Amino acid sequence: MNILLSVIYLIATVTFIVGLNKLGHPKTAKNGNLIAAAGMGLAIVGTIFIHDLQVATIIYVLIGIAILLGSIIGWFIAVKVEMTKMPELVSLFNGFGGASATLIGLVEFSKNIDSSMQAITIISGIIIGAITFSGSLIAWGKLNGSLKSVIKIPQYNIVNNMFFIMVIALAVYMIVSGGYNPLLLYGLLIGGLIYGILFVLPIGGADMPVVISLLNSLTGIAAAITGILYNNMVMLVGGILVGSAGIILTVAMCKAMNRTLASVIFGSFTATNAVEGSNKTLGSIKSTNASDAAIMMNYATNVIIVPGYGLAVAQAQHVIHELEEILVNKGVNVKYAIHPVAGRMPGHMNVLLAESNVDYSILVEMDDINPQFNNADVVLVVGANDVVNPAAHNNPASPIYGMPILDVENAKHIVVNKRTMNAGYAGIENELFYNSKTSMLFGDAKSALTDLVSELKNM
Amino acid sequence: MNQLIEFIRDNIQITYILILSIFVGIEVIKSIPAVLHTPLMSGANALSGVVIVGAIIVMLHADPNDYLALTLGFLAVVLGILNVVGGFAVTHRMLQMFKKKK
Repeated sequence: MNILLSVIYLIATVTFIVGLNKLGHPKTAKNGNLIAAAGMGLAIVGTIFIHDLQVATIIYVLIGIAILLGSIIGWFIAVKVEMTKMPELVSLFNGFGGASATLIGLVEFSKNIDSSMQAITIISGIIIGAITFSGSLIAWGKLNGSLKSVIKIPQYNIVNNMFFIMVIALAVYMIVSGGYNPLLLYGLLIGGLIYGILFVLPIGGADMPVVISLLNSLTGIAAAITGILYNNMVMLVGGILVGSAGIILTVAMCKAMNRTLASVIFGSFTATNAVEGSNKTLGSIKSTNASDAAIMMNYATNVIIVPGYGLAVAQAQHVIHELEEILVNKGVNVKYAIHPVAGRMPGHMNVLLAESNVDYSILVEMDDINPQFNNADVVLVVGANDVVNPAAHNNPASPIYGMPILDVENAKHIVVNKRTMNAGYAGIENELFYNSKTSMLFGDAKSALTDLVSELKNM
Repeated sequence: MNQLIEFIRDNIQITYILILSIFVGIEVIKSIPAVLHTPLMSGANALSGVVIVGAIIVMLHADPNDYLALTLGFLAVVLGILNVVGGFAVTHRMLQMFKKKK
């Protein structure tokens, strides 16, 4: 390998590590992203121009067109997309990466394979790439709402795992027998694609961020495997970094949702718990209207806003900021309580609120805000449910028992904005709604908040 | 047995790098605030687009008359660069919003 190219790859690899490290700290995150992007650019340019191969001009032209085309489309999508659509976008881009790895494997398989290591890398690259591609597309479809229902066939796990074992068996047979058999290759490709669909299809929408993170990690592994094939260090290290970081992130997300990775993959909350919960009489709920809720907040000293999934879905992040500004102008002390998994994926709420220019310093994380609920006059819960369910503290039978929650019930008054009385994704009742201190403000988050804002303006 | 020894001898360096990289990845991400989970996931996603390097290598090695390899390679480059450019751009957009007021 060309020595200059090796040095370039070395530099790029270092930028990946430094960039990823900086991405983990709020102050340096932006630079970290730029450093990694610069390293990536360097590696791409180096790969194209620095080598000892005889390459026809037409191939350079084709590479140029491909890069231009992909860059324009990628840039366009990235700039246009709404911030609430972020999770599905990450999933879509991730699927493209997986597809790229698969295509590389398909081309390489048709060439001469002269060691078992090569066969193993090519075949596993094709399978992992195919699974991430179809899986990511299903995740994308589920998050943007085009695939709504949770489809589950009986004995799902057995069927699924049997299928996976069959794909692996085929792969092993191909490696052991050697030689190029297009029929088997296509069988393997289709098998991987189908498994990706089977893998993601039964997983519920709220668990999707975990799945995306897992698939993201798999794309990294596919890239690393391709790196082994070409003995290419930047691909190997870059891919493994994404792979291991992705696994850590996946586990962190599961922890924040009080779920194990296995329960995300193999089954959602069981239906029996939902039935048990709804059979219990929890008392009556008290509903309120915008003007009463506005009066309550108008005369409060401390208001804490708890934004949740419903806020993201209704795209109410700008209205809530308007509400907060009005309250602040009236001398009310306003803070946001951010649960780690609030929104459509961990950290998503921070991005959304930052988008509408909410001051970073009033976004308070769970452990810091929990002691402050005692002093809050009003807590406004917008579209959040399970993350404020006291059952996590006091009902050992509850599926969310033990999950860290926001202790909103310690506040003097609680206003909960929700569209309906439907349960959250855990499918369980929330006794907070039946608390005597709670009043329910029904309606879509955006219109309910808009009403609150206009009521407050008139006071 | 000989095959196994040969396999290990041929791949020992790459195995070292592989294992060390796993630990680097874990160390780098450990104890990151939940605030940054979304941008980090998106940034890591952009990094996984490093597979583009392999796609370019496929193109460079392809015979100009091998239309199948060229087509697949071309598609691989397009999809790979989409992952890279889109991923970094959207991460940048997100992080830019984290600026403090004033």
